[in-house]
Amino acid sequence: MPEQNILAEQLPNGLTLIMEPMSEVRSAAFSLLVPAGSIYEPEGFNGTASILTDLITRGAGSRNSRELSSALDNLGIQRSESVGWNFVTFSAASVAENVIPALKVYADVIRDPLLPQEQFPAAMSSAEQSLLAVEDDPQRKVLVELRRRCYDAPWNRPVDGTLSELEAVTPANVRSHYKRSFRPNGTILGVAGHIDPAQVREAVQELFGDWSTSEVRDVTRVPRTAAETHIEADSAQTHIGLAFDAVPYRHEDYYAAWAAVSILSGGSSSRLFTEVREKRGLCYSVYASLNSLLEEARILAYAGTTVERAQETLDVMLAEIRKLKEGIDDSELFRCKARAKSALIMQQESTSARASSIARDWFHLGRVQTLDEIHRKLDDLTVPQILDYVREHPVDDITLLAVGPQPLHLPG
Amino acid sequence: MHFHQTQLSNGLQVIAELNPRAQSTAAGFFVRTGSRDETPEVAGVSHFLEHMAFKGDESFTADDINRIFDELGARYNASTSEEVTLFYAAVLPEYLPRTFELLATLMTPSLRQEDFDLEKQVILEEIGMYEDLPGFTAYDHVMQQHFTGHPLGNSILGTTESISALTAEQMRTYHADRYKAGNIILAVAGNTTWDNVRQLAEQHCGDWPAGNPARDTTEAAPRGARFCVPKPSIQQQHVMQLGPAPPSASPLRYAADLLSVIVGDDSGSRLYWDIVDPGYAEAAELSYNDYDGSGTWATYVCSRPEDIRDNLDRVGVIYEEVNRHGVTEEELEQARNKVSARIVLQSERPMGRLASLGGNWLYRNEYRTVEDDLEVVRSLTTADIRNLLDQYPLRQLTTVGVGPLERLDAPAENGSEQPAE
Repeated sequence: MPEQNILAEQLPNGLTLIMEPMSEVRSAAFSLLVPAGSIYEPEGFNGTASILTDLITRGAGSRNSRELSSALDNLGIQRSESVGWNFVTFSAASVAENVIPALKVYADVIRDPLLPQEQFPAAMSSAEQSLLAVEDDPQRKVLVELRRRCYDAPWNRPVDGTLSELEAVTPANVRSHYKRSFRPNGTILGVAGHIDPAQVREAVQELFGDWSTSEVRDVTRVPRTAAETHIEADSAQTHIGLAFDAVPYRHEDYYAAWAAVSILSGGSSSRLFTEVREKRGLCYSVYASLNSLLEEARILAYAGTTVERAQETLDVMLAEIRKLKEGIDDSELFRCKARAKSALIMQQESTSARASSIARDWFHLGRVQTLDEIHRKLDDLTVPQILDYVREHPVDDITLLAVGPQPLHLPG
Repeated sequence: MHFHQTQLSNGLQVIAELNPRAQSTAAGFFVRTGSRDETPEVAGVSHFLEHMAFKGDESFTADDINRIFDELGARYNASTSEEVTLFYAAVLPEYLPRTFELLATLMTPSLRQEDFDLEKQVILEEIGMYEDLPGFTAYDHVMQQHFTGHPLGNSILGTTESISALTAEQMRTYHADRYKAGNIILAVAGNTTWDNVRQLAEQHCGDWPAGNPARDTTEAAPRGARFCVPKPSIQQQHVMQLGPAPPSASPLRYAADLLSVIVGDDSGSRLYWDIVDPGYAEAAELSYNDYDGSGTWATYVCSRPEDIRDNLDRVGVIYEEVNRHGVTEEELEQARNKVSARIVLQSERPMGRLASLGGNWLYRNEYRTVEDDLEVVRSLTTADIRNLLDQYPLRQLTTVGVGPLERLDAPAENGSEQPAE
């Protein structure tokens, strides 16, 4: 493993700065996580966080929308803003020397956005059209709706909002969501690349040191309600979504759960790909992934297939998932370790991947795992551990959703 | 960075850009074949063959290939376009020899009947999957309409009918014709030695049949068309428009790249500020696509059906303004900064270098360093953009709509030429 030096520190106001200097690259990247995701939206106003995320880059500090965009373009910043359940994330990457100047621009965006009222209708229109586009894309729709059915509220909210609730969102909602959620306590800034940590530290203290804390809002859990398992769509394929419980990233059995999913769906020799696609030709796309919140997690699986073969596809997927407990070959574990270890090393070639990874680790674990540490955990994994995990977590509480011309049924 | 190049006696071209400090090594076979090299009877065979490559040969079964790539921790895949079929893998340097052996195996598949029959089902599912993506449907149809009568109009996936009718024998013939050593480039980027590359190439590719099949690269002369694929059940209207742009060998291509960023990048461009930022459309983008002998300006607009006419008119106004007055110094400087940063970021991974390495050699027989590309971007002027626009003005010549609308009314197109209905 290449040597890693990870520095983490917290400002007195609670903002956490994590840095990973990387000497072999010319670029640097940051990932800035602000705790203003969709779980903090007021009930009945799903879409508020998404509108805020659009509006927040339409001018900040002394710059209007175009000046802000030009300032970042002139620094060659590759950027994106996205809403998640917990955070609004600002990601940026460029040649290394431009990253501190970019942070200065983002400090305005975070702390002093104009949130111009006259641009509110434009932001609403964009958000509405993005939601219409999801309606037109059954593959995306099935995952949004599956999540809605397998997690409790508010962790089941579509992060981009809901067509039915979007129209209730007002400029006042958006401003209030900004005021209550944009705060240094709970904000995480990950910076990776060809950086001088002392310079970054100094810049962050100057830009965010006097940002005052505010109260953390409570989130009320509302148990999910049983929902229909079929959404009618006039599509060429039936899009199948399946979900069941797993353990979260911080759980001691996480790597066993991860390995189970990887044996099912990591690489072309995995069981789902082999049994559903390679042996039976039932679909083009089939996969399972482990989705982790802070305290809970689900395994989400997907396949898209023609209507006549959809039930068979579902039956084969479930049979494969359930068959895991009957036994796992050493060679399967070997392959999943090999893929993971090579991915860890290749991650060292991407400053964006490292920046987001160190920030995410901090959120889930309150510390950053070195690649060496992950490597050791992978090495220590054994087949009996994975089997124990699978047997202790039987696949019984399954959420099924089909988007397509016809409904599907869980086999008895 | 060190560049090396050689040619095996059977005509296979081997190029490598090596960097001993990289963490990984990427290798790829660029086969100069795609949907434009197909006859109508075998429409979709290039892409189907790309899938069949992974079914193995006499020494490796399909299971072996999937299993060994995974054992090596390889990131690997393949893709098929109108004119290139690419097979690639990125691995840790110590696994390059075994990975290379597998990659080379992909190029000489057995094409067994039972594998062919089974994989045909997967291809038909893939066609179904893309049918559910309106943006892709629009792309497929606009290429067919724009390049009517020209091989670039051939569909990459083919149709349910053409794939159902295709035989393994037809595929074997196509493979024998197109996968000849002289039609293939091996590119390697990242951490390994040139001796290693040469030896692997000699060992695993030295006995491939020689030959260099022809391709007709006459520049297309599209006359324009207007076509709708009605999808009453979807919400948004997706429109793609094509107009002629410089071909891949043209020195104008750098200016074309920058112009597409200035006019139609997904943020901070003219289309963005006038159409997306005000919320008129979900997307309004211009891209520049270059092919062997031809090129396209490709416009994509996605909006509410009732707004699509106005949005296409807005695009027309922007294009007319650009065609007449060119771009400003300030816009150009911003685009230079954007594009330079993209080049640097993309080139940090061997996998990112591979595409540009192979593409430059395949289309232009040239090697370009990252510095070469940055230098060209820095040196382009507004006069270069003017010169480009004089030869290839931005046009909305061919239009295809996918969505609730049954027809799109024709606007008066800018310029002297009117599109044929």
